[in-house]
Amino acid sequence: MEKPLLLNIRGLKIEGRSGDTWHTIVKGVDLTLHKGEILGLIGESGAGKSTIGLAAMGFARDGCRISGGTIDFDGIDLRRATETQRRGLRGKRIAYVAQSAAASFNPAHKLIDQYCEGPVIHGVMLREKAETDAVELFHRMRLPNPAMIGFRYPHQVSGGQLQRAMTAMAMACRPDLIIFDEPTTALDVTTQIEVLAAIRDIVSQFGTAAIYITHDLAVVAQMADRIKVLLRGNEVEEADTRSMLAAPRADYTRSLWAVRSFARVKQPPSTGRPIISVRNVTASYGAIDVLKGVSFDIHAGRTVAVVGESGSGKSTTARVITGLLQPKKGEVLFNGKPLPASFKARSRDQLRQCQMIYQTADTALNPKLRLRELIGRPAEMYLGLKGKALESRICDLLALIELEPAKYINRLPSELSGGQKQRIGIARALAAEPQLIICDEVTSALDQIVQEGILKLLDRLQGEFNLAYMFITHDLATVKSIADEVVVMQHGAVVERGSKAELFANPKEEYTKLLLSSVPEMDPDWLNRLLAARSNNDKSGRSTHSSV
Amino acid sequence: MNRIWRIIGQRLLLGVLTLFIISVVIFGATELLPGDLASQLLGQSATKETLDALREQLGLNLPAPIRYWNWLTGFLQGDFGTSMATKKPISELVGARLVNTLFLSLYAAALAVPISLTLGVLAALWRNSIFDRASNAVALTAISFPEFFVAYILILWLSQSGFFPSMVRITEATTTLNLLYMAFLPALALTLVVTAHMMRMTRAAIINVLASPYIEMSLLKGMSPMRVVLRHAVPNALAPIINVVAVNLAYLITGVVVVEVVFVYPGLGQLMIDAVTNRDIAVVQTIALLFASAYVLLNLIADVLSTITNPRLMHGR
Repeated sequence: MEKPLLLNIRGLKIEGRSGDTWHTIVKGVDLTLHKGEILGLIGESGAGKSTIGLAAMGFARDGCRISGGTIDFDGIDLRRATETQRRGLRGKRIAYVAQSAAASFNPAHKLIDQYCEGPVIHGVMLREKAETDAVELFHRMRLPNPAMIGFRYPHQVSGGQLQRAMTAMAMACRPDLIIFDEPTTALDVTTQIEVLAAIRDIVSQFGTAAIYITHDLAVVAQMADRIKVLLRGNEVEEADTRSMLAAPRADYTRSLWAVRSFARVKQPPSTGRPIISVRNVTASYGAIDVLKGVSFDIHAGRTVAVVGESGSGKSTTARVITGLLQPKKGEVLFNGKPLPASFKARSRDQLRQCQMIYQTADTALNPKLRLRELIGRPAEMYLGLKGKALESRICDLLALIELEPAKYINRLPSELSGGQKQRIGIARALAAEPQLIICDEVTSALDQIVQEGILKLLDRLQGEFNLAYMFITHDLATVKSIADEVVVMQHGAVVERGSKAELFANPKEEYTKLLLSSVPEMDPDWLNRLLAARSNNDKSGRSTHSSV
Repeated sequence: MNRIWRIIGQRLLLGVLTLFIISVVIFGATELLPGDLASQLLGQSATKETLDALREQLGLNLPAPIRYWNWLTGFLQGDFGTSMATKKPISELVGARLVNTLFLSLYAAALAVPISLTLGVLAALWRNSIFDRASNAVALTAISFPEFFVAYILILWLSQSGFFPSMVRITEATTTLNLLYMAFLPALALTLVVTAHMMRMTRAAIINVLASPYIEMSLLKGMSPMRVVLRHAVPNALAPIINVVAVNLAYLITGVVVVEVVFVYPGLGQLMIDAVTNRDIAVVQTIALLFASAYVLLNLIADVLSTITNPRLMHGR
């Protein structure tokens, strides 16, 4: 039986401004949503997902404008409505859950004040009633200590909890529609499950319709009744979740499905002396130990993936290896010889041997320097190249990362796409001709198709130069495609390590099992099965649930 | 709460250290001035003998470190010394003037702070509107003129036409109301000088915050633009606003010299200029140290307020 129509968008066009010109970013999209239904919007960045989600609230960000089409919400034409009318709907009948709850909660106010603001200002309920209601919803969102958590400030609450508190806040006025804009993208996999389950439950309890925006197919498969695929502001296709997963019609959708096809050729077990050997390293920030006796080796030509939740000590380990943080105990051996603890005490050649690539190329590249200087500096500093030799080295490096030298050498980072910037990060690391490159979440900020390109490039370069990679990531799919060996970290300690094949096929530690089982699969029943399995485990007294 | 006391403690210690360094600088600077009080007092008729005798009498013949030590310990005990020109205790000279200057500063602050904060908030709310541009232009015009010029313009417009007096005479009989009336023009001149700075900083700080995701969130919760600015933006923009207000309040206390002279206002600035002309070093040093203390104290208050208004600093994880 068809439920009544709630949202009906026809021919939606949205323009964005760059400088003085307006260009179309959403090019005539239709969207219908019935009461209580969940629609998944997926696509890469720049597809217009968030822009469409916001347009469903009659909202356009600064520098954007809705230039065509109609947005009909339950009989109200949002484009014709006055700003006051639209404001009356926002938060009350259409609510929004943002990607980063940590950034979207106001740091100056307690959670409860931010929760109550909507219902009180919209005249839905009085403050006291709203406070009691908040505790009820916090409870339903399975937040710890629901009676008290509202009286904390956002910085005192973890990311996963904030995301659930934000969903509760969106529910405050019992809206008809909630826009979820990548609500779990910033979370660890183990946390993500809790949030996904809580969101799904509360939405079904209140019969709320939702638009669920994400770039993660496996996530949307758990959440949505129907899926709409977007590409550069156009609809590619739409179908109900099961039939789309079973048989995507459009080539583009199939390519999204196939993104994880890249897999590194299996390497023979590494032997001989490792390039880098981390030996029993304990390190701290202030009084708190953030690394506790961490040990592992990295061999030439091999990729060691270091995985774990945020705060597990992955990046801190990298800081110890590079000498940015001096360990309290333990040491780092380079080709069998101990490296001085501080980078200041290391020779230029020792520094050269170990380079880093960072998560956000945007902040890791000096925006005022041209590519010539960005790549040229390490080549000049470490290898003493000058003049013609330097120039030809820069061109070689650009060719290595598959950017045409003549076209790109004088560009600024702002003139590059996200994937291209990350390639510059790689070229800059290569310029020093190191033996080890530490890749810190280098693909996390990129779209899946772009990620694929970067991973392939890294793999090719590793083959050409016999490089060792330390690959820090929280994304297990990336680990599956690129790693030779895996180190699993939790709370600053190594939980388990071993070859990729062995670890994935036969994880020994509970935490590794939890981590592996938390990776969403492209199966609409995956979350149900997992939750059922975990609650059975709980009942049988062997809790594998992590506290989030 | 312990955090806040620790911060206050740290800042107080730093403030004392700053003042100590300033006192050394002040003393050193006055030492470098050509001539001293003895040669000033005796004028042309001075002989070497009379100069030496007078210097001994005034204690000017002692080595500089000892004179510094005597001055500093005296200062700390509330004994600012005697004005060598007028033979009166400096505390007596400075006391009344200090009250007058503080009154004028507070008067100007009471006008300038609310005006500039309101204008700043409204300019941020209606950014790029006619209002924003007009208030910006007026404030910039006011700040671009030298203070004495602003003061003379005010005298020309508001005093020549008889609305307000252009001179301030404070006697025993002056009532507060009367004083408010008489001091209006100097207060207004100071207001015009400091408003632009505070207003533009308020506007910039708020607009900076308006780009945050939580501002978009509050809009998407259906909050009105006014509420978004006042409730969601301003609390997060307080630290820079508090600091710019503190710097300007300090300026109102220490920068009033020119305005006081134009309006013949009996404040510390006037006294300082007289003392400099008379080579009355002890008075100059006292006033300079008072001005420095005002700066240090106001910055201390600003630091503490910025901390108190920031939950991330006030409440641990």
